Amino acid sequence: MNMHADAPAAASIESDKVELKGSPIVAAIKASGVEFVISVPDIVTSAGVLRPIADDPELKLIRVCKEDECIGVASGLHYYDKRALSLIQHTGFLDSINAIRGVAVEYAQPICMMIGLLEHDSRRPPRDSPRYGVRIIEPILDAMGIPHHLINQDADVAKIRAAIEDAYATSHPVALLIGRRPSAS
Amino acid sequence: MMKRDECFRVLRRQVTDEIVVTTYSSAVDWLALGERALNYFSIGAMGLDSSHALGLALGGPDRRVICLQGDGSLLMNLGCLVTIGAAAPKNLVHLVVQNGTYEANGEHPIPNPKIDFATTARAAGYPHAHEFSNLAIFEQQAGRVLRQEGPVFATLHVEPSQPLTYDYPKLYDPSRRQALKAALMRR
Repeated sequence: MNMHADAPAAASIESDKVELKGSPIVAAIKASGVEFVISVPDIVTSAGVLRPIADDPELKLIRVCKEDECIGVASGLHYYDKRALSLIQHTGFLDSINAIRGVAVEYAQPICMMIGLLEHDSRRPPRDSPRYGVRIIEPILDAMGIPHHLINQDADVAKIRAAIEDAYATSHPVALLIGRRPSAS
Repeated sequence: MMKRDECFRVLRRQVTDEIVVTTYSSAVDWLALGERALNYFSIGAMGLDSSHALGLALGGPDRRVICLQGDGSLLMNLGCLVTIGAAAPKNLVHLVVQNGTYEANGEHPIPNPKIDFATTARAAGYPHAHEFSNLAIFEQQAGRVLRQEGPVFATLHVEPSQPLTYDYPKLYDPSRRQALKAALMRR
């Protein structure tokens, strides 16, 4: 594989005027009944989502070493009807495919993942991304039968609660794809 | 050196209302000692048994959770020791059965059969880490280990078993997971 094809598009990324604020995302997570956030840090969601969550006494943050741990921990919490969100990067999602396959999909469990699309050009749909690692995410989710929703601007934040509620109501995994860095406001 | 099924018989005599999370070869030997709604067989993603156990421990802090994990399984998720050490659930007992092999996958050796898991667990933040290789001593100490304030870690040094029969459809049956959830929700 030509690694240079996936090199940063630097200045062109996130140079549009569309906004995605972090605080409504965190509010939506809490409104969804999520009590635990399980995370490996992701630079996309670091400032706007993970840091506010770390400071929020209403959310319990479990810092894990590797993203597939998120899937196991969230599964264990589910047996007590405790809602959890796995906050990870798309690279971690790719690394966790077997755990997601075995635990989330085959066990039909409400594993809710918020996935930062690292260095995605947010003006394009992820599946049209010039970055191979981003371009394959939605097709993989489709192949696995996992519903997914793109959170790319403030208006998309309303999808979060509905997606998490549906995942728990019908016991299936869901992926919320964060298409740009949410601001820390 | 001990035998895994002998160790599990010792544990079974001590277990009451704990959740027991286990997988693959350990699950086969544990199930041979009887059905329990509070058994959780973590088949499907090797290595995640300890993470399932952490989630169960955090979700229900009033109930103790015992994870019976193979050495190959722990090696696939070694970072869980650091995660569990940091999360520090007081109700989690993490027992690793060390036979030096990937038993369910053809009995090939793990990369370093002499790895010192107890020292690793202690360094990762477990306040208590034990090792047992003598059945009489394990029998004498098991009750104390299971009731220490967690997270507690112990390595059980065992011989490789005779070949086991893996009935994965039985272990994997969704009714087991439903029974566990129902048992936990009844409380």
